[in-house]
Amino acid sequence: MNKLRLFFASRKSWTLPYLIFSVVFVVIPLLLIVVYAFTDEAGNLTLANFSKFFAHPEAVNTFVYSIGIAILTTVGCILLGYPAAWILSRSSSGYSKTLIMLFILPMWVNILVRTLATVALFDFARLPLGEGALIFGMIYNFIPFMIYPIYDTLQKMDKSYIEAAQDLGASSAQVFWKVVLPLSMPGIISGVMMVFMPTISTFAIAELLTMNNIKLFGTTIQENINNSLWNYGAALSLIMLFLIAATSVFNTDGNDNSKRGGEPW
Amino acid sequence: MEESLPVFVFWNELKCNFATGFYFREMQSENRPIIEVKNVSKYFDDKTALDNVSLSIRKGEFVTILGPSGCGKTTLLRLIAGFQTASEGTILINGKEITQTPPHKRPVNTVFQKYALFPHLNVYDNIAFGLKLKKMPKAEMTRKVMAALKMVGMTDYEYRDVNSLSGGQQQRVAIARAIVNEPEVLLLDEPLAALDLKMRKDMQMELKEMHKTLGITFVYVTHDQEEALTLSDTIVVMSEGKIQQIGTPTDIYNEPVNAFVADFIGESNILNGTMVRDRLVNFCGKDFECVDEGFGEDVPVDVVIRPEDLYIFPASDRTKAQLQGRVQSCIFKGVHYEMVVLCDGYEFVVQDYHAFEAGMEVGLIVKPFDIHIMKKERICNTFEGRMIDENHVEFLGCEFECAHVDMSDKSKDWEHLSIEVDFDKIDLLDDSEDGILTGEVKFILYKGNHYHLTVLSDWDEDVYVDTNDVWDDGDRVGISVRPEDIRVTVK
Repeated sequence: MNKLRLFFASRKSWTLPYLIFSVVFVVIPLLLIVVYAFTDEAGNLTLANFSKFFAHPEAVNTFVYSIGIAILTTVGCILLGYPAAWILSRSSSGYSKTLIMLFILPMWVNILVRTLATVALFDFARLPLGEGALIFGMIYNFIPFMIYPIYDTLQKMDKSYIEAAQDLGASSAQVFWKVVLPLSMPGIISGVMMVFMPTISTFAIAELLTMNNIKLFGTTIQENINNSLWNYGAALSLIMLFLIAATSVFNTDGNDNSKRGGEPW
Repeated sequence: MEESLPVFVFWNELKCNFATGFYFREMQSENRPIIEVKNVSKYFDDKTALDNVSLSIRKGEFVTILGPSGCGKTTLLRLIAGFQTASEGTILINGKEITQTPPHKRPVNTVFQKYALFPHLNVYDNIAFGLKLKKMPKAEMTRKVMAALKMVGMTDYEYRDVNSLSGGQQQRVAIARAIVNEPEVLLLDEPLAALDLKMRKDMQMELKEMHKTLGITFVYVTHDQEEALTLSDTIVVMSEGKIQQIGTPTDIYNEPVNAFVADFIGESNILNGTMVRDRLVNFCGKDFECVDEGFGEDVPVDVVIRPEDLYIFPASDRTKAQLQGRVQSCIFKGVHYEMVVLCDGYEFVVQDYHAFEAGMEVGLIVKPFDIHIMKKERICNTFEGRMIDENHVEFLGCEFECAHVDMSDKSKDWEHLSIEVDFDKIDLLDDSEDGILTGEVKFILYKGNHYHLTVLSDWDEDVYVDTNDVWDDGDRVGISVRPEDIRVTVK
């Protein structure tokens, strides 16, 4: 009783509304997904939903294809985002603030509106919608999430590391590959976490930018649930959750390695 | 036979010279400057960090660049390392011009103030960084890294994570990382500033030892005068982007060229005095014998006396005393006591092994040899200016009211005047709004009975002020001058 009073008196109590909210709308639904995934429509315990997935080459193909698209998007975001982050971190503060504004500005527009605008743009330029448009749209939507964490690590990086490398005889390219890149790995990793995971589960962008021609895993889940195949849909969601969990475990591993000083030579 | 002897000796010498020709050439290369800085200036936007600096460093020397923060010492080091390029002038290393050469192509290595060890590499890889870039064979590289680790006393640490090392250990690794490349010059940017006192003393000794063993040139930047005196063969004292004095530690300590150097190196009593004639100086209202000559007669000078050169004794022995006064304070400093003695309105700092309690009447003696005389750089403020009308004059970018000037003589150049204001006739005001112009206090010198301030005005010209008020470094002040204190002369 006393403890409860203390809790309400402390500032911790302010987290209570959110705690209740997340239990009702996050934890319970997640548990429901697990329950649905391992039961059939009659409510009996079964693994049939999972065997159905692995027996269906179409579903597995969609799954693998989604991962492929997500990887392409992530790599694209790194390749385009890193130079942008580099330029931002090197430019004088007033100038870079304007540039960051320009990069963040599109994020104020709703993702669906932006995607619809992309469709209109492709139409206007008479470019075909399809795989190319899909990857373009994904990169366009997610690149700010890659630029910002990389910019942040580059910005905070002590300039004396770069000077020390130059002093020891490294040319500009060597300074980048041997010092700047390894030291900005934490930024790249959090960028990957913020791009790769959401891209696996998108379906709206895929639907709009490919005129429903290309199915991503998110779309498959959505279709099954729309068709009232709740148990199968829940199993697919669980598989995707498992993949996301696996990548994040891999990411934290990578994080530790970079701290411990892996051999990047 | 006896007459031919000198010729014989000469011949022998000549033979000897031929035989040791190689040795002599070696000797010459020892004395050849390895670094030459010629008329180098560096500007950051409109701020001058280095102002026409020239410096020559001999091979194998331990040179310390010493000065307060913001004096340009680090900028000078960074220009030599190549992290910044000089706005004007040239820098030569080993006779080769390298003013525009990028840092990775210069035969120098740097030990950074905050070590700058690569956090993603372990100790071994940090030290091997430079060698790997040179594509050195692995076996040789390992041997060199191990030798460098041994040199800094860090054997067995090669696979440690650099973040797990203490400050002193990181500093050692940083030194090893630089010397393993066998640079011709090792640049050290306040390498010991982050260490605690005991550690710093140990590292100083080790650095000196290392310098002896390696035989390469060390250029060391520090703001710690004691460190500079301990370590260096040559000290370069800098202030406000200019070199004030270059010399051996003994020279700098015993023969400071100006009040700044005297004040910065060690403790000193600096007073205004007058050179009565050769070997006789007047200060504190009394004449003192000294050893300096050539200043002229009745010339204002600065007098410097080190606290340890003043002999203090009880006042009962009146006949001996050159100065008599009362002890104001007495502080125990470990080895000695430091006392402030007030004599005829002038405060003297005195160091002695015996304590004289506050309030005691004492006598002071200083030996002629210990009185150091310095020429005054200026005896009043001199500005360039022009007349606006008969009662107004413009200088320091502002309009000042002045005593009436008869401008009827049109043949004189009223546009180019020399304006003089005495040091004690400049008023400093707390509220910078109240002054005619504003400035920032940037150097304070205590002269026994008043403060001599250097104030950088917003017009970017220094104004020198004598005052009894206490100001702090960096204070914003208003500057004003009364009309009757402005002396106008046509050039």
